[in-house]
Amino acid sequence: MKKVQFKSSYSQYLFLAPQLGILLIFLYWPIIQTFRDAFTMQDAFGFGSKFVWFDNFLFIFDDPAYFIAFKFTIIYSFVITLITGSIGLLLAVQANNVMHGKSTYKTLLIWPYAIAPAVVGVMANYFFSERFGLLYHLFHELWGFNWYESVFDSYIYVIIAGSWKQISANFIFFLAGLQAIQKSVIEASMIDCKNSFRRFWTITFPLLMPTTFFLIIINITYAFFDTFGIIDTTTIGAPSGETRTLVYKAYMDGFRGLDLGSAGAQSIMMMLIVLVITIFQFRYIEGKIHYN
Amino acid sequence: MTRFITSSFSHLILLIGILIMVVPIWMIFASSTHTSSMINMNGLQMFLGDSFYENYLRVLLYQGGFFKEITALKMFFNSFIMATGVAILSVVTSLMAAYALVYYRIKYATLLFWIIFITILVPLELRIFPTYSVMAELNLVNSYFGLIVPISASAIATLFFRQFYKTVPDELLESAKLDGANTWRFFVDFLIPLSKTMIVAMLIFMFVFGYNQYLWPLLVTTSEQYWTVVMGLKMMSGSIVHRFAFVMMSMVPPILIIIVLQKYFIKGVFQDK
Repeated sequence: MKKVQFKSSYSQYLFLAPQLGILLIFLYWPIIQTFRDAFTMQDAFGFGSKFVWFDNFLFIFDDPAYFIAFKFTIIYSFVITLITGSIGLLLAVQANNVMHGKSTYKTLLIWPYAIAPAVVGVMANYFFSERFGLLYHLFHELWGFNWYESVFDSYIYVIIAGSWKQISANFIFFLAGLQAIQKSVIEASMIDCKNSFRRFWTITFPLLMPTTFFLIIINITYAFFDTFGIIDTTTIGAPSGETRTLVYKAYMDGFRGLDLGSAGAQSIMMMLIVLVITIFQFRYIEGKIHYN
Repeated sequence: MTRFITSSFSHLILLIGILIMVVPIWMIFASSTHTSSMINMNGLQMFLGDSFYENYLRVLLYQGGFFKEITALKMFFNSFIMATGVAILSVVTSLMAAYALVYYRIKYATLLFWIIFITILVPLELRIFPTYSVMAELNLVNSYFGLIVPISASAIATLFFRQFYKTVPDELLESAKLDGANTWRFFVDFLIPLSKTMIVAMLIFMFVFGYNQYLWPLLVTTSEQYWTVVMGLKMMSGSIVHRFAFVMMSMVPPILIIIVLQKYFIKGVFQDK
């Protein structure tokens, strides 16, 4: 905290009021309603609702579709994190290696970050359509690819669509991380260790740990929430709900099924998952990595 | 010699990476300049055709052609209003809130800090229906206000500004106080000019964030007059080349902003040289 500050006065509330006001009305009020929805059940005709304790939660635990969505979300975030992280790191290391054109490469690789997931999904759609999709036909030749029916193939479809643009974000952050490592550390390590491959994994990579863990969180958040636009424009959950993320399922149950109680309960489950990931990040990861 | 080989290897890898990014977009663009019958017969194209003006102008300007009532031009206008609104509203409120948190000796500072920052854990997707019913109760469905404000209810920029203010040396406030500046003058005359890079970076970040919204506009607009570009992807009908053209145009504004203002964006977000 600052040593020099202004004394507490009414003017501080004027500075806080706009943001607090917006958060209270458009964030806290809906959150409170989410909790209310989660613990009540609408009657079939929409005339009233009654308090049902944890019934909505019990229903989602009984629902096999919930576990399918849960399984898919975990696999999806894990694979996306792994793919985009490793390709992003590979590209960042190469860009950091070259003597000339570093900033040109940065410009040429940064822009996919700005594309909306829904736009990516629509484009992926064109490459995976049965009619003229190049990737569809390539994979079909190779092993009879058919995402309309095969769960594995539909995973491949949404994983490619989901990873493509996220490589860019991983690249930017890893490159920034690499550039922040002090030259002297790298030079010293070059004297001690001639093998550049080993040097990378024993010196550089450990120094990138803060960036890596930050990106893991960013990628998981992306796979959980931002991929809605991708799923909704590619498989729409096909085949039979196997590629629905938890967010997508909650939305569909609330919107199509008009089951706000279940949607609310599913949202609260998601909040708990996000909370656990965040606490895990603060407790275990922040404490165990070394910042230089 | 080894130096040359390793560096050629790096260039090769980077080139492959760039191709993976560019080729899909190029193919959709090239295909968007052909006629629909050409695409339907021969699939996606690698080379340009000669229907560029025809296809793009039709999508941009024809009312009742591509969508029912709205032209793509109007959708770009709506997206621009929404993204600019989100950027300005969230950056201004975040600047002010972060200022109060860092520069005031507030009694319940920790509590306020948590009230603001815990919201980062609850993205709009998790409270989408209740947010909709709040908007319906406030009569804000089908309005620019309804598109903008719930997206602006975000504390991400506050977090960045707070981190930035904490790195500002204490001497700045001391000397400002000697000059007789009050809290408002210090904020406007000293701190804001100093945070310029950070402010631009956050404006870019929130603009792209607002422009790329998909689910919320889909839910909160039932009237075509408020449709935005990205949600429009879900509503597209019409022939395949017109869809290609619309998809191509939809990604231009955010990409342009990121490339042109790249320097500010990277400087602000990574706070490096």
